[in-house]
Amino acid sequence: MIPHVPLGQWVSDLIDWLLDAVPWLFDAISAVMQVLVDGLTDALVSPPPVVWIVVFTVLALLLRGPWLALYTLLAFLLVVSLELWVETMQTLALVLVAAVIAAAISVPLGVLAARHRAVSVVVRPVLDSMQTTPVFVYLIPAVFFFGVGVVPGVVATILFAIPPGVRLTELGIRQVDREVVEAAQAFGARPGQVLREVQLPLALPAIMAGVNQVIMLALSMVVTAGLLGAAGLGAVVVRAVTQLDVASGFEGGLAVVLLAVFLDRLTGAFGQRSVLSRLRQARVRRGRQQDAPVADTRVGAASPVGARSVG
Amino acid sequence: MAPPVLRVTGLTKVFGAREQEALRLAGEGHGRDEILRRTGATLAVHDVSFAVERGELFVVMGLSGSGKSTLVRLLNRLIEPSAGTVEVDGRDLRALDDATLRTVRNQKISMVFQHFALLPHRTVRENAAYALKVRGASAAEQRQRADWALETVGLLERADARPDELSGGMRQRVGLARALAADSEVLLMDEPFSALDPLIRRDMQDLLERLQSELAKTIVFITHDLNEAMRLGDRILMLKDGCTVQLGTGPEIISAPADDYVADFTSDVDRTRVLTAGDLLREPRLTARVGDRPGDVLRALGAAEANGVYVLDGDQVVAGVARDDLLARAVQEGRTAIGPRELVPDYATIAADRPVVDFVHLVGQHPVPLGVLDEAGRLLGVVPRAAVLDALSAVPVRGRRS
Repeated sequence: MIPHVPLGQWVSDLIDWLLDAVPWLFDAISAVMQVLVDGLTDALVSPPPVVWIVVFTVLALLLRGPWLALYTLLAFLLVVSLELWVETMQTLALVLVAAVIAAAISVPLGVLAARHRAVSVVVRPVLDSMQTTPVFVYLIPAVFFFGVGVVPGVVATILFAIPPGVRLTELGIRQVDREVVEAAQAFGARPGQVLREVQLPLALPAIMAGVNQVIMLALSMVVTAGLLGAAGLGAVVVRAVTQLDVASGFEGGLAVVLLAVFLDRLTGAFGQRSVLSRLRQARVRRGRQQDAPVADTRVGAASPVGARSVG
Repeated sequence: MAPPVLRVTGLTKVFGAREQEALRLAGEGHGRDEILRRTGATLAVHDVSFAVERGELFVVMGLSGSGKSTLVRLLNRLIEPSAGTVEVDGRDLRALDDATLRTVRNQKISMVFQHFALLPHRTVRENAAYALKVRGASAAEQRQRADWALETVGLLERADARPDELSGGMRQRVGLARALAADSEVLLMDEPFSALDPLIRRDMQDLLERLQSELAKTIVFITHDLNEAMRLGDRILMLKDGCTVQLGTGPEIISAPADDYVADFTSDVDRTRVLTAGDLLREPRLTARVGDRPGDVLRALGAAEANGVYVLDGDQVVAGVARDDLLARAVQEGRTAIGPRELVPDYATIAADRPVVDFVHLVGQHPVPLGVLDEAGRLLGVVPRAAVLDALSAVPVRGRRS
């Protein structure tokens, strides 16, 4: 007979040991995240909804154009009429905090993995297991470490959202044209310069696609976070499920979808070079007009990038 | 003579884990396939040696897989050599630490890439100024050098454009400007014109020739196109399977290909553009001097079965041609020395460095063969029609040297 290997017991012991050895670490993480989420939630909830709706709509207009602006306006007005505004903003705060932290971890890790084979070899299986482990499995230690409430939700969300950020960053940097990297090296650029001036800018679309994925996965974790007691749309959905309340379950679910589409289209825009260059072109044009009140017509005609990249 | 700017000795590159073993096998004379089978390592470049003089345009020519792209990257250590030395201005690059190597790359060696390798998010001017930016030059100096370089390649008016707004030929001009702005002695060009269509390629070759005549850089130019190699190269190194097959001037390679591989290439070459009057030059069978006796010259013409002869003055300068009919009349009229009355301008001349395509229409039109003159008008030799036809029709004799 094969003897039973007490793997589960070992992991459980490890977690107990960690809780004994470095309780201050988890307290500190917990406190910082609580402050971040609370602060952002306050900022989003305290002014009347119309303020943020206008901000979101203008943002959508600038980054993506009139159609997304129209969608944004209607979607958030609907959220307000469903009386889910506060919950939606709580969720947005949780998602943004989790996404920013996840991006701050995953992008540098992706850069390291792209530059050092050894890092890539170690990181890859870890990412694989992070992505395939059922979410509820790491909810358990999250609760042990951080109790119930919003923090374990954020931590679980971060863990869940890191892998695509790492993968897409690594892929993006590896896909940068080798000749361009060689060119920078051939002219004597230091490794840090090559990274900053060539690899990161050229990998930006892929990196931003990774950030977009990070945000979307973070949003998909909202309901799970609701299970742990985090306030927001997740809590609405969880309550509806436990009470078999189809109506409020649908409304809560719809609000999640509306927010998801908004965030996806908005952050998807960052990945496109056209948007960045459109902003830059606009800035350059403004600058030129200030420099020379009588605009050189040839210069105006010779900047087709902005015009070409619309849509 | 000044020492060569770039000297390469025994340069070898093995890709793969069992590098030392592969090197040992290569040293014992085993071929690429044998080494790959026995060690799993690829012998990309093997024992290549050459020296490039200041101002020389040195072409490395080979098919894909011949190791030419690897070779050019060994020259600035973008790829680390397995064995051999690369000396720039007498300094061995392999002995340099990383920081010094970067300085040398920045100031001594520039590179032009096959697919341009421009930074798409920077303007043309910023691309051209890249080496200076890396060097930490002031903004004013960056701009001044970049604008000079862009003007040199004829692209200054597009300085504020981005690379993706330019055509392929223009982009490679930016690549060239970036290399020129660095003001380095050595220019490495890795198939710079291969990605361009033929007409643009010809323009770029013209541009390079013009730049080279003005700036006299030391250039290592990689190509797979022998016509391009013949047109641009002062000397050509033929590379096959990572080894040197032949090293010589274009006409040398055409007239005496080292082996079947080279001969295959040369059979495709447009000989009329490669061979020059100097290559086809013959000693004239007969010349006369001003003051010679017409009767003697006429007899010599009869013996040589020729209809006319170049008449030279005391400095070997061509005074004109003496035709047999005029010589006969001079004899009848009793003149004893060839003078202006016997001379006619019934001949054509060409400079020694002109390719056959420039003078093929002149050959055979006159009683005397085409004369080849130096700058002072002195007769260096003649190009008979038979020599031109022979050179153009010659199918290279396979393995003439082996």
